[in-house]
Amino acid sequence: MRGLTISTRVLLGVLLIMLAAALAAPLISPHDPLRQSLLLRLKPPGSADALGIFLLGTDDLGRDLFSRILYGARASFAVATLSVVVSLAVGVTLGLVAGWVRGIAAAIIMRLVDTMLSIPAILLAVLTVAVIGPSFTSLVMVLGLTRWPRYTRVAYASTLQVAAMPFVQASEMAGASTARILARHVLPNIAGPLMVVATSEFGLMILFEAGLSFLGLGIQPPAPSWGSIMSAGRQYVERAWWLTVFPGIGLFTLVLCVNLLGDALRDRLDPRSAGR
Amino acid sequence: MASDPVTTKPVLEIRDLALAIGGARVVDGVSCAVAPGEVLALVGESGCGKSLTALAAMRLLPRAATLAGGEVLLDGENLVALPEQRMRALRGRRITMIFQEPLAALDPLSSVGTQVAEATGLSGAAARGAVLAMLAEVGISDPARRIRQYPFELSGGMAQRVMIATALISRPAVLIADEPTTALDVTIQAQILDLLRRLAADRGTAIMLITHDMGVVADIADRVTVMYAGRIAETGPTVELFAEPRHPYTALLLAALPRLSDAPKAPLAVIRGQVPLPQAFSAACRFADRCPLADERCRAEQPPLREVGKGRLSACWHAERVR
Repeated sequence: MRGLTISTRVLLGVLLIMLAAALAAPLISPHDPLRQSLLLRLKPPGSADALGIFLLGTDDLGRDLFSRILYGARASFAVATLSVVVSLAVGVTLGLVAGWVRGIAAAIIMRLVDTMLSIPAILLAVLTVAVIGPSFTSLVMVLGLTRWPRYTRVAYASTLQVAAMPFVQASEMAGASTARILARHVLPNIAGPLMVVATSEFGLMILFEAGLSFLGLGIQPPAPSWGSIMSAGRQYVERAWWLTVFPGIGLFTLVLCVNLLGDALRDRLDPRSAGR
Repeated sequence: MASDPVTTKPVLEIRDLALAIGGARVVDGVSCAVAPGEVLALVGESGCGKSLTALAAMRLLPRAATLAGGEVLLDGENLVALPEQRMRALRGRRITMIFQEPLAALDPLSSVGTQVAEATGLSGAAARGAVLAMLAEVGISDPARRIRQYPFELSGGMAQRVMIATALISRPAVLIADEPTTALDVTIQAQILDLLRRLAADRGTAIMLITHDMGVVADIADRVTVMYAGRIAETGPTVELFAEPRHPYTALLLAALPRLSDAPKAPLAVIRGQVPLPQAFSAACRFADRCPLADERCRAEQPPLREVGKGRLSACWHAERVR
């Protein structure tokens, strides 16, 4: 925490609170997010009945919106984390290999990267999910396997740079195997820029999850997701504004926090880019 | 071609090494040998092929360079023909190398202890003990504190000591030191050379020292091989070679050393002309254009390396006339 600016601390605080709320959803949510009650349809925020207060109101099936948002945050964090892990693993491995062996293998990998980057990721994701069918696993895999090229680019460029450094040559002289050099010496030295990319990708993944769920291709009802809550609330915008506004605020806050933290991380790792 | 005369059985022997970059033979017919405990200096100006020769011995040539012929024998085993896996097992264990920029040669994100320990293949308390002992042996004070430090906390001389510790901890038979003191100031340079000298003697390590600095050579080397434009000009024991060079290039190099007895502001001695480009190598002696002794024969025919005294070889038609 040393040396962090006030704004960074606030952002970090908000993010951690959201993460904690998501993790603790089963403990802190006032209602069962799946329990329907036709008598309690579209109650405005603050309504109360025998079951307790509906802090953020209820949805068209009488489910507590606050509980659903808490559970929806779990979906966002889970999908974003896992898909970032998948794309990091794929992207960094390819980038390391390309940067280390160079030559024809690098040309093939990097042209594949260019190709992937020229296809809109969301379109590719929509197409793939539509073909293989929506589920939590397919969502993670599709997002993970369409979003690796940025990591590959960064890992490739950084690996080229680090591989030319004398300490890498020195470990070759000492008889270290290629795998060992890559894992022990190259990877830690390229981790900084990769973490910056991963943070910005994390924000994007949250948006993609919400977007795909909004389109009905992500988390499947009745399981809550911010995207699907908003999608369902769309029809009631005039009568029940809370169904779209509250998950929207959640999404906005989370993505903004993550992106600004990514910027702060970048400035910290590379002071020259600060303020840019 | 005469082979390099060493007094005892050599541990590393390079025979007739030839390296090519593109079509140019940048190293041609280089032979040298080092015996256990001996320091051989490979001297020459930038681009004469001394570093490439060393990298060829490690089998870690840059991509652009290819082996065009010759053998590298380590304990009689021809490294050139070894499968990569076996070669990797020898690197660091039997033959290893240190470089000019010690700070750049250490991983900035890994502590001194971790890096030295990595070269041992040991772990835990055994590794720690070995690392502490080795660091003490290379003259690092308070090794227990140093092993927790990171390279940015070290001075250049300290970093080179760490590199030497890393290189020698697994008791390799051969250490190739490529300009190990060039980046260091003169007093530290002397300390590091002393250290290398002592370790070579104590542990029976053969050291091949690559340098362009005749002062360094005089300090530490038992024998010297002078290279010029990818070929060996002259080889011999340090004392005799300095006293009586048998190749005009060596003679001019020694004459170019500034001395305290020189008159103040006297112009520095220079060797006129330039090293020929590898593309322009011809059948002639490569030094002919700059040589005061050059005649028709020198411009027509490359002189072979021949014996010109006890333990001395020279590649000059006029070796006996050099002074």
